[in-house]
Amino acid sequence: MAEHASQPVNQQEHAHEARFPWQYVIGFVLSLILTIIPLELVLHHVIPLSPLTWAALACAVLQIFVQLFLFMHFTSTGGSGPAYHSVTLTIGFLFAFLFVGASIWIMTFNNIAS
Amino acid sequence: MPAWFHQFADKYLMWQEGPLIMGSDVLILLASIGIIFTLTYFKKWGWLWREWIVTVDHKKIGIMYMIAAILMLFRGGVDAELMRTQLALPNMHFLNAEHYDEIFTTHGTIMILFMAMPFIFALFNVAVPLQIGARDVAFPYVNAISFWLFFLAALLLNISFVLGGSPNAGWTSYPPLSELGFSPGPGENYYLLALQITGIGSIATGINFMVTILRMRAKGMRLMDMPLFTWSVLAACVLIIFAFPALTVALALLLLDRVLGTHFFTMLHGGNPMMFINLFWIWGHPEVYIVILPAFGVFSEVIATFSKKPIFGYKSMVFALMAISIVGFVTWVHHFFTMGSGADVNTFFAIATMIIAIPTGVKVFNWLFTMYRGRIRMTLPMMWTIAFIPCFAIGGATGVMLAVAPADYQYHNSYFLIAHFHQVLIGGTVFGMFAGMYYWWPKMFGFMLPDKLGKWAFWFFNIGFYVCFLPQYALGFMGMTRRIYTYPSGLGWTVPNFISTIGAYAMGVGFIFMVAQIVQGIIERKLDVTGDPWDGRTLEWSLPSPAPHYNFATIPTVSGRDVWWAVKQGELPKSSLFPAKKDVKPIHMPKSSGRPFILSVFFFIGGVGLVFGLLPLDIIAGLGVAFCLFRRSFEYDTDYYIPVDEVVETETTLGRLQA
Repeated sequence: MAEHASQPVNQQEHAHEARFPWQYVIGFVLSLILTIIPLELVLHHVIPLSPLTWAALACAVLQIFVQLFLFMHFTSTGGSGPAYHSVTLTIGFLFAFLFVGASIWIMTFNNIAS
Repeated sequence: MPAWFHQFADKYLMWQEGPLIMGSDVLILLASIGIIFTLTYFKKWGWLWREWIVTVDHKKIGIMYMIAAILMLFRGGVDAELMRTQLALPNMHFLNAEHYDEIFTTHGTIMILFMAMPFIFALFNVAVPLQIGARDVAFPYVNAISFWLFFLAALLLNISFVLGGSPNAGWTSYPPLSELGFSPGPGENYYLLALQITGIGSIATGINFMVTILRMRAKGMRLMDMPLFTWSVLAACVLIIFAFPALTVALALLLLDRVLGTHFFTMLHGGNPMMFINLFWIWGHPEVYIVILPAFGVFSEVIATFSKKPIFGYKSMVFALMAISIVGFVTWVHHFFTMGSGADVNTFFAIATMIIAIPTGVKVFNWLFTMYRGRIRMTLPMMWTIAFIPCFAIGGATGVMLAVAPADYQYHNSYFLIAHFHQVLIGGTVFGMFAGMYYWWPKMFGFMLPDKLGKWAFWFFNIGFYVCFLPQYALGFMGMTRRIYTYPSGLGWTVPNFISTIGAYAMGVGFIFMVAQIVQGIIERKLDVTGDPWDGRTLEWSLPSPAPHYNFATIPTVSGRDVWWAVKQGELPKSSLFPAKKDVKPIHMPKSSGRPFILSVFFFIGGVGLVFGLLPLDIIAGLGVAFCLFRRSFEYDTDYYIPVDEVVETETTLGRLQA
């Protein structure tokens, strides 16, 4: 598979020489912690609604960075990756913030109604 | 009959439902025995396993997707005919309310997730790697997992009909109706788990094809050289990757509500059912673009080929596809304007929805300009494409009417809406899939389909379509709402409903003609020896039909668009696309694996376990899935090389080898 073949073969060689993937373990633990914090806050009604929302959103944003840096090899190309990387990343951020932001906006009618 | 059997038959086999279900039980049993007997008698089990179940070849996976999609089109179509029969006249007693609810739920769910989705994936698999000069998709093993997850999820949803009861809360499955309190029993669980399982497969397919298109194009093929079908797949993949997670979350939370007693979407204890509606449509609206964009891609290919012209306004076509895939994400509230989010919210989403009409209009005009002064050949793919344009124009115009938020308070959930979305989903997606099926059929199977029965199918289906759905616009204005199972006489609804039912039957007849056409084609087997029966323009037509399993003996060198056309016109040397003996190297290919199938069977078992709350099955399934993933993680023998001699021999037989 001439040119294209190099990809899977490289991955395989990579797998053989791999060290223990501490990065992933740390990332996994961090994402668990960042999920448990908002869950506990919501379950036990520790703080009022508005700060609660901000706290949950802060955890979610931190979660994004955990994903990008510890799982998704965000820094592995050292800025020399193909141009569409930045395009897809921009779209990803746009959609993530859009879905969350617009959902909050759409669902605030409850406050007005009640 | 022992008491335990009686109880089992009543609770799970639903024998108390009467002869309809009992008859289905018997038919399914007979059909299963028939299939098992035939496979055993002709000793085809080994063939089925080796050639199909373990395959990771995108061409075979595409064929399996298409067969499954046509079977599901039949199932969803039967549902539709049953509903139309019930509504043909006022006060009918053909179906009772509960059966009617179950049937419209499964009709919608099956048509969107188990007919339209596999049909587009069939065309992804059949066409994309061949169009960009790749030997397979980026992750062939994952591709097989995607297919089998879809297939077993479809099976899971379909067995609900005879085992425990179908879901009946609508294909949108809004809480609180779909919560445990109002929908007890396994039906709703079937819906949630089947969608969840097939959703995993769909996300994987989205990632797979995005990587394939971005990373595996032939030498010299820039993004702006790609055929428009490939562009449309890329746009659909963007939509899949960002939309499906929202569905996953919505379904998972609703399942937690039902199985573990949480309160995400309940009416009490802090739950909010409207959040489900919001999440569902964050997925649901992009979903309709997921199924329409590949159809747009098919139309672009078909119109260019059968007009013998390059597509008009290629760049604007690409721009329109990408614009739809981005703006398509900010329109979802138009499905629930009446929920009352306020004027600001409704205005924003109404305007965003209307904006979508602009890139879509650009595409329609580009298709028309491509045909203008072209040498048009009226083949079956072209007929479905030309039928699509007026149909989609009407559907689009009524869509803009629905997008007007204040007016939507009048149309919402009326038959006007039903007519609108059938017009765009049938007139757009289904026509597109049929066009694509006819167009790539020779490439998939190596033989041509006879025209005559196909034309009968086309006319019955098309005329039937308008007869069925145009009266429904009127019914909507007359106040008929969706999901009602019967209506009194004297409202003026009788005549339009009766006409509509006649149209639905005509569409059914069209489908039968299409099946007959395929059967006739299989019997006649008029082989396509050229590999290019339509005088095509793109790379897939430079290959023999069907393509050898490694696709390209040497990866072609591409410069510009429509390279195969350029080669046929003598503008490019033939040697840029065809292999030369000295350039043939051993070909690196993925090995077949039975694990995707086994993994998906464990998912199926887990699904059944969760549907009925059977913990042992869930444990078995969980361990099975974990074991499959574990084995894959430590598997290094995943690929092999086809030796040069074998490639040279195959290519010589095909007469493709250049000196």
